[in-house]
Amino acid sequence: MQNSLRQGKLRLQKWYTATAERDKKKMVRELMQIVLARKPKMCSFLEWRDLKIVYKRYASLYFCCAIEEQDNELITLEVIHRFVELLDKYFGSVCELDIIFNFEKAYFILDEFLMGGEIQDTSKKSVLKAIEQADLLQEEDESPRSVLEEMGLA
Amino acid sequence: MPAVSKGDGMRGLAVFISDIRNCKSKEAEIKRINKELANIRSKFKGDKALDGYSKKKYVCKLLFIFLLGHDIDFGHMEAVNLLSSNKYTEKQIGYLFISVLVNSNSELIRLINNAIKNDLSSRNPTFMCLALHCIANVGSREMAEAFASEIPRILVAGDTMDSVKQSAALCLLRLYKTSPDLVLMGEWTSRVVHLLNDQHMGVVTAAISLITCLSQKNPDEFKTCVSLAVSRLSRIVSSASTDLQDYTYYFVPAPWLSCKLLRLLQCYPPPEDGAVKGRLVECLETILNKAQEPPKSKKVQHSNAKNAILFEAISLIIHYDSEPNLLVRACNQLGQFLQHRETNLRYLALESMCTLASSEFSHEAVKTHIETVINALKTERDVSVRQRAADLLYAMCDRSNAKQIVAEMLSYLETADYSIREEMVLKVAILAEKYAVDYSWYVDTILNLIRIAGDYVSEEVWYRVIQIVINRDDVQGYAAKTVFEALQAPACHENMVKVGGYILGEFGNLIAGDPRSSPLVQFNLLHSKFHLCSVPTRALLLSAYIKFINLFPETKATIQEVLRCDSQIRNSDVELQQRAVEYLKLSSIASTDVLATVLEEMPPFPERESSILAKLKKKKGPGAVSVTELEDNKREGGELNGGGDRGPDTAAMAASNASTPSPSADLLGIRSAAPVGAPPASTGSLLVDVFSEAGPAAPSAAVNDDGFLSSAPPSEDPAPPLSEADELLNKFVCKNNGVLFENQLLQIGIKSEYRQNLGRMYLFYGNKTSVQFASFTTTVSCPGDLQSHILFLNVQTKPVEPLVEGGAQIQQVLNIECLTDFSDAPLLNIKFRYGGALQNLTLKLPVTINKFFQPTEMSSHDFFQRWKQLSQPQQEAQKIFKANHSMDTEVLKAKLLGLGTALLDNVDPNPENYVCAGVIQTKSQQVGCLLRLEPNAQAQMYRLTLRCSKDSVSRRLCELLAQQF
Repeated sequence: MQNSLRQGKLRLQKWYTATAERDKKKMVRELMQIVLARKPKMCSFLEWRDLKIVYKRYASLYFCCAIEEQDNELITLEVIHRFVELLDKYFGSVCELDIIFNFEKAYFILDEFLMGGEIQDTSKKSVLKAIEQADLLQEEDESPRSVLEEMGLA
Repeated sequence: MPAVSKGDGMRGLAVFISDIRNCKSKEAEIKRINKELANIRSKFKGDKALDGYSKKKYVCKLLFIFLLGHDIDFGHMEAVNLLSSNKYTEKQIGYLFISVLVNSNSELIRLINNAIKNDLSSRNPTFMCLALHCIANVGSREMAEAFASEIPRILVAGDTMDSVKQSAALCLLRLYKTSPDLVLMGEWTSRVVHLLNDQHMGVVTAAISLITCLSQKNPDEFKTCVSLAVSRLSRIVSSASTDLQDYTYYFVPAPWLSCKLLRLLQCYPPPEDGAVKGRLVECLETILNKAQEPPKSKKVQHSNAKNAILFEAISLIIHYDSEPNLLVRACNQLGQFLQHRETNLRYLALESMCTLASSEFSHEAVKTHIETVINALKTERDVSVRQRAADLLYAMCDRSNAKQIVAEMLSYLETADYSIREEMVLKVAILAEKYAVDYSWYVDTILNLIRIAGDYVSEEVWYRVIQIVINRDDVQGYAAKTVFEALQAPACHENMVKVGGYILGEFGNLIAGDPRSSPLVQFNLLHSKFHLCSVPTRALLLSAYIKFINLFPETKATIQEVLRCDSQIRNSDVELQQRAVEYLKLSSIASTDVLATVLEEMPPFPERESSILAKLKKKKGPGAVSVTELEDNKREGGELNGGGDRGPDTAAMAASNASTPSPSADLLGIRSAAPVGAPPASTGSLLVDVFSEAGPAAPSAAVNDDGFLSSAPPSEDPAPPLSEADELLNKFVCKNNGVLFENQLLQIGIKSEYRQNLGRMYLFYGNKTSVQFASFTTTVSCPGDLQSHILFLNVQTKPVEPLVEGGAQIQQVLNIECLTDFSDAPLLNIKFRYGGALQNLTLKLPVTINKFFQPTEMSSHDFFQRWKQLSQPQQEAQKIFKANHSMDTEVLKAKLLGLGTALLDNVDPNPENYVCAGVIQTKSQQVGCLLRLEPNAQAQMYRLTLRCSKDSVSRRLCELLAQQF
């Protein structure tokens, strides 16, 4: 599970185990309370239920992952960081509004990076290439005029 | 880089999102959303066919609304339609919607599977990836059934694009996690393992997650991965920081892959092949060496990535537990981290050292850091770090440093966070016991524990100190003296009173020679605490008093006076009253010899696992207590428990167990009422266990096809239920034990216990006459369709001897399973011949729906929220009735607790009212129930209201309960 949140507003969430909607809401509420109450300089890891929580704050956004007992905390912190880098690179200095207005893009980037809770590719280039390809396809789909323009140019 | 509003520009969506953001209140937001939902609904329902773009836009809006936390109950079909669009973005949004919103058992799965199948066979890599993502996101069994055999093929096919391979590997992993039986690697195994050699680092990174999971489950089939993993790791570790280009992360080559390789190796023992092992040890050494090199970057990402590998390498070293050199180096490295300025590293170092402490090779090395760890316990600002420090102190404790560590933990306890106190208390108690060389230290420690953190001292802890004092006669005098002193404190914790009462009752004589602690002084000291204590403690003190009478005949008169006073002998608590009456009687009629026998000193407890260790294990889950620790305990525990060769007889044990009063004392009061150290019932005639469980053979019984359960074929139709059957039944609604029926011939006693939807009932049939009963048979039947609601299972069958001798008692056990809720009670028919005349009587068995309650604690807010949710008229049942019994608060509370629900305090704004909550567990469903009882003392009336998620339950409970008050 991964989510980004701010002032108790969830902006993005992704669950990698089947969880009932009600439980999800409860868990999110509980986690927000715990994480938002943490002070700066505190440890980025904490035990919660039978999971470990790894979180990091970027400006107004908290990114938070729940990992299992045997998972590596430090590398998870860098999973978060790499995801933030990807968002940043894609949106160009990302801010919360980008994630709000382009939530579907944020999901696509996350999906391209993580799948089923595991890293699919750690190369920034590979992930962004996949997203850009999709964007290109999108442009071809949606703006027939630009194709005409392209032809005109050609 | 692409601009933000790139390409698609679903303007309608952006406008909608802005609108929502501009909403000033939650109400406004809901209003706006409802408007939008209505609009989308009408578009979807409209006659005009929507184009792909509009569909995509509306589906996207629905998704946004869902992500805001609102329920979405339509649009699924439109999303599925988008899947078959050949426009990428439409397909993509369709898949996203489905991934987020479709739960695994949706009826749409078949349609979705169809679309996925088309995309998988499209040979278009982006479409294939979308489809694989969708499978991984939903991960349902239907999907596994449809695709589990297809995906391995895609994964290993020579012409599959790298990006598709990556997705296929992780998709397969997800399916394997949800439906392992459907993912059969078989012929693919070797090719999958060889993905570790793939040229594309991304493919290796994705594949290794799959391989690790498969290796954990089938280590033998995948063991060839070990040498491949070692050589891959070796190549990464020895590469320069820029060799791996985009897979180098802040000057660290492939940190994710390195961690995963080290993780994979932890699924296996050290490699047997010397060359492979040598190469691996080299890698591990290099990783440890690199930790000492100056950082290549000041960025935290650099050090995190580097240390992530280091910690994973240390985990592997600990896992092997065979390389002393590496273990000690690992320990030194962690020692450095203990004082690092990064909180994260200190935390992880403490955690990792805990496991190192249990290795014989590194235990000593860990111990050298004791001062740092103690300092961390005192000075860390973050409670989670302090918790780790406490864990480590516990793990590194041994005979040499136990006194220091226990002292530090005790002093930390005074200020410890509430959240970790109970665990700390358990740990201190265990260490004190495990490493006690002199028992006076042990007793001091535990009494200190009770003094400092009495509220967090669980029963196990004080039981244990008593067990140990009883088993070690060299500490008894000291223990008596110490508790006596501790009790002098004006305010001492109730747990101290318990320990004090018990120990003085047993060993008060050892200090009675000193006039400052003469018998009467001891008694007065204990009795000065009596009135402030809870019922179980008072019960324990009463037992201590009767022991005093035996130990010190001079206190007899004083104590008898205390027992005789109304507040004891007429106490409203049955347990206390019974003890007072019986002890008084015992002390006045029994001769000194009998008294001395009955109240003899407790025999030693048999050796067994420490109850507190068991509790800690339960608290932390299995695996939290290391194996060495358990062995240690076995080895050293024997010493402590002592006197193992003097095995006390079991009956005395039963009596001594009974002497620790349990709040759930059974109502028959047979066991718990036995005085401390009572002799087995067979030798003393004071207490005859009428319902002895070890009664003669029970009638055998079998379950007939028709759901009848009988001990012998009935020779005559069962009699109709007795006219008072209902009344008898009602007596048992709020209690589980007691005498169900009695006439001149026969007494039927019942003891029963329930857990979730299961119950067990012991029936005791006592022949009150001096003549035998012949052809004794019992039959349990379920009238009407009750059979389908309750199930009686395998009744205990012992060889039948359908004769019940005069004065004898036989026992029968019924196992009960509640299938669904029910209203009628099952019938119990008993037939026998007494002096030639056939006796035939039928009773109602007191199995009522409330027996399957699980209490539910909830806050006032939750209670009323649920109360409102159960607002349909048929869910509520209400009755206003006249009080038939005492309206005394304690009586009512006892009844409501007996009902099986949780009695909730501070929920109802009117403190006179009672509210309860519980869940009835049946096999088919759970029924949530809320209860409110409003007494009106003036009018001697009650209003009873029940709200349950099932209306039949509300009605039945209301009926049952209206008879109880």
